[in-house]
Amino acid sequence: MPPPLQTHRLLISHRRLPTPARRRFTAVSSVQSAPATTLAPGPATSSILSIRESLLSGERTAADITSEYLSRLRRTEPSVRSFIHVADAAAEREAEELDRRIASGKKDAVGPLAGVLVGVKDNLCTTNMPSTGGSRILDGYRPAYDATAVRRLREAGAIVVGKTNLDEFGMGSTTEGSAFQVTTNPWDDSRVPGGSSGGSASAVSARQCVVSLGSDTGGSVRQPASFCGVVGLKPTYGRVSRFGLMAYASSLDVVGCFGSSVFDTATILSVVAGHDKMDSTSSSQDVPDYASELVSLDLLESKPLNGLRVGIIQETLGEGVDTGVVSSIKDAASHLERLGSVVEEVSLPSFSLGLPAYYILASSEASSNLSRYDGIRYGSQVSADDLNEIYGESRANGLGHEVQYSQLSIYYDHAPLVKMRILMGTYALSAGYYDAYYKRAQQVRTLVKESFKGALERYDILISPAAPSAAYKIGEKINDPLAMYAGDIMTVNVNLAGLPALVVPCGFVEGGAVGLPVGLQMIGSPFSEGNLLRVGHIFEQTVQNFSFVPPLLAER
Amino acid sequence: MTGAAEKGTTNLHGSWFGHERLSAKCAIRPSILIERDDKIFVLVHAGCDWHNRLQFAEGTLAIMTLTLLRGMRTPISFRSNTGLFFTVLRPRLARFTTRAESAQATEAKAAAKSIQLATKEAAEQKTQGFEAIIGIETHVQLSTVTKAFCSCPYNYGSQPNSTICSTCMGHPGTLPVLNEKVVECAVKLGLALNCEISMSSKFDRKQHFYPDLPKGYQISQFDIPIAKKGYVDLDLPVEFGGRHRKFGITRVHMEEDAGKLLHSESGSYSQVDLNRAGVPSLEIVSEPDMRTGIEAAEYGAELQRIVRYLGVSNGNMQEGSLRCDVNVSVRPVGQSEFGTKVEIKNMNSFSEINRAIDYEISRQILLHKEGQADQIVQETRLWDESSQKTFTMRKKEGLADYRYFPEPDLPEVVLTTDYIDEISKSLPELPEAKRRRYENMGLSMQDVLFLANDDNVAHFFDSTLEHGADAKVACNWIMGDIAAYLKNEKLSIDETKLTPLELSELIASIKNGTIRGKIGKEIADPAAIEAMVDKVIADNPKQLEKYRAGKTKLQGFFAGQVMKASKGKANPVLLNKILGEKLNAN
Repeated sequence: MPPPLQTHRLLISHRRLPTPARRRFTAVSSVQSAPATTLAPGPATSSILSIRESLLSGERTAADITSEYLSRLRRTEPSVRSFIHVADAAAEREAEELDRRIASGKKDAVGPLAGVLVGVKDNLCTTNMPSTGGSRILDGYRPAYDATAVRRLREAGAIVVGKTNLDEFGMGSTTEGSAFQVTTNPWDDSRVPGGSSGGSASAVSARQCVVSLGSDTGGSVRQPASFCGVVGLKPTYGRVSRFGLMAYASSLDVVGCFGSSVFDTATILSVVAGHDKMDSTSSSQDVPDYASELVSLDLLESKPLNGLRVGIIQETLGEGVDTGVVSSIKDAASHLERLGSVVEEVSLPSFSLGLPAYYILASSEASSNLSRYDGIRYGSQVSADDLNEIYGESRANGLGHEVQYSQLSIYYDHAPLVKMRILMGTYALSAGYYDAYYKRAQQVRTLVKESFKGALERYDILISPAAPSAAYKIGEKINDPLAMYAGDIMTVNVNLAGLPALVVPCGFVEGGAVGLPVGLQMIGSPFSEGNLLRVGHIFEQTVQNFSFVPPLLAER
Repeated sequence: MTGAAEKGTTNLHGSWFGHERLSAKCAIRPSILIERDDKIFVLVHAGCDWHNRLQFAEGTLAIMTLTLLRGMRTPISFRSNTGLFFTVLRPRLARFTTRAESAQATEAKAAAKSIQLATKEAAEQKTQGFEAIIGIETHVQLSTVTKAFCSCPYNYGSQPNSTICSTCMGHPGTLPVLNEKVVECAVKLGLALNCEISMSSKFDRKQHFYPDLPKGYQISQFDIPIAKKGYVDLDLPVEFGGRHRKFGITRVHMEEDAGKLLHSESGSYSQVDLNRAGVPSLEIVSEPDMRTGIEAAEYGAELQRIVRYLGVSNGNMQEGSLRCDVNVSVRPVGQSEFGTKVEIKNMNSFSEINRAIDYEISRQILLHKEGQADQIVQETRLWDESSQKTFTMRKKEGLADYRYFPEPDLPEVVLTTDYIDEISKSLPELPEAKRRRYENMGLSMQDVLFLANDDNVAHFFDSTLEHGADAKVACNWIMGDIAAYLKNEKLSIDETKLTPLELSELIASIKNGTIRGKIGKEIADPAAIEAMVDKVIADNPKQLEKYRAGKTKLQGFFAGQVMKASKGKANPVLLNKILGEKLNAN
């Protein structure tokens, strides 16, 4: 149960800045000797701030911090398998280079993310590492450029530690759909981390890296964030450039962020967000310094969310949603009320229409976006005598590769994830079917948008679970695509409407050794990330008795 | 080139005809060489320092011309403020090698010419109770600096795969970014074709698999083209009756081009060149308004003129910058339904379009008459220039399904009325307006069509008139001597140094007899010339020293000085001979 409000001021995780000109959230420096990441139970703290403070004060070196993360990565990776590619040597080199710069007094050259280890979903292009999108058809492919989001992280001083695992081209909800490996949930290695950004979520959850980038087409950041007990943000469509993101469904795709705290998530969003001339659909709306808006708790009023109007989406707490999840969300709602907000139930009648519309639109765009993987210019090609055979065989072999996951003796046929979308999309766009499927789905999309718009005029944020259940067992749904699709019900509407949504861990349900985390989804109006992060931050800092550090790390 | 000329021009040939090099040496530029009968007219234009070097230039030119043309008389027949006009007798053996490039520049004229020469019988063939229905899809490649959706340049004939990037190769994660020039070109052409411009249009994906199509789809426009419902006015050539025609334009839309496949001779492999992938083009779809090959060819030629006038494309058919796919069907006169249409591709000139269509019409009429109309099937046929026939390329099995859907990576193209007005104001006078204007000057349709065919020619003509020349006389010069010269030299009118001002002055001079007055006053007395040579040599001891030290190019300087002393009237043959003797004497 959430704690009573009056205990907030007892929290020691924040302190006032020497110059209170600007009220900021700062790192835990009261725990002077603690490692950069505080794994102790208690409210989430900012790893980024603590890294920055210890670097600038000379307390620790970047090499030291990097080696702490890398050793944890090496220890946990055999069971978690978050990464398809780990660039440990490069990370160490970059850290040493950073230490040299700091030692030579060039502290000005230390970017806002200096020394911060970042995991990048493998469907984001990186120049010096393979970028496969989790597909055999791009096995060994190395892009000639960095995705804009990755470039911006690097320019801010971040160290890309590796490429995280995903469902092939982002199509799936468990990360079992990777052609290379199955990632497990750090809370229980017999369970999925969620997906498709499962590797990015599990890597942050297991503290293998500080923060990570994912992508969210129908919930691929939010659902794994919920499953792994980390913060996940799906920004407004167009807030972050898609340039360098291997397209799944272009009108729905966004690059999203993971962190172990809202503050860290806000910090990387400020870095990666903003207009990019390489992406015509990116927004030129100003990017605030999201993290600077996050106020230290001891400066908050007793009811910091006073006046906040919260709508809890009725349709997300009904049939098919685990009772444990429902009660976690209701508890979270009560907590928001105690913080001063007014919570009411709101009905979105078009909510259930979103899922079929989403699958029509996403599949249609996917069938087109995946056409470029033809084995002609890059990626794996199966040689044949006839052009059509080259296409057919290259795509048959390269896409939806079938792998055997020996440890669990589960045979995976990934065909449903990618090939089924290509088939469905091709069908939906065919002459004579376009009006019945694609066009109608677009009409539903308009309805969904309008229904959200109406609700968000009455409420500042809408809340719901991020998924109908907590993490389920590996193999449980992989061969039942409809069950997997149904799991996306909580998230796809938000993509159809292009809205921002933040997932913050809010509780646990039974399962695993110590319980399984549940995430609260908060949905806002377009470009209201600042408000979502503010509310999320207050929520996170005031939810007590919950530690979202997985047992995998406590073991030691 | 013959031996004599070759010998005579060993060094000077390049200098003489290569404008730039001569310019560097002598600060003067011979600009045009008109050949008529046995005479060659040379016009020389000088740079800004003309006045200082007038005599020098005259003398040098005289000598160079002599050296080149071996003993030809070269009186300077006319001298204007900016140039010299020579007449020399045509050398019997010398033929001048020409700059073989810029075939492109002359293509329009060549095409127009060949259309005129095309078999008239075909056009006039008895259609025996049948009429043909012809519609054309024209692809015009835009001459923008960069491609439609990335910043790669495109230059025809570059090394394969040298102007490509991650975006136009369709690499993962890349996105298209629209080149705004493409929209500008589309609006220009839409307005020039009297179309309605869509204030809001969008891009769509046209999907099919082919190795020259990197993304597996082509970015195009499907249901909302940028321009629609227009028309084009034209006049048929005089030989074909010269009648005025108006053909409807269904739509104009923007799209990107695909790359090219290069098939090996053995057929065992093919290579992909993606230089052209992503190059912007406009597709212009006509209404099925044409009835004969010549009408279709003239429609194509008019589109070519328009895109060239607008400067949106070089309109070059050989390079594939302008491609016409023609749909032909025939039906008995009086029938309202169309017959089965056949698509013809692979025509590389308007003349070929004319002949291909007329062939196809006869083929289809023949099948009708033989009761084999069912043999006319919906198919794509290729024109074969060598056999002058069309052949089946592929039969269509139903309609291709391109699975169009809106391109999600690009926002809608939204235009403002200000933007369209601005472009509308910037449009040049278009061929149709020019033809009507020239017609009103009293020029014949033959003249009108010739002048308006090439906007450079039209511009030259208009400028000449602005300098006061008479329209008919200027037209005769341009269509006669100048056109002949251009054709011979394979140059376009803007590639010569002849200016409209010079032509107008020339015309004026001939009219008031100035030129004739200048001719025949040359100094041909060897003693008088020798005296002038001696004086010049005596006055320039330093130059003489340098000359004798090996700087023989200074002969031109001395010649110039002598010419100056003679006020341009010294006989260049004698001058050259005497000067050479004196300079080389010890």
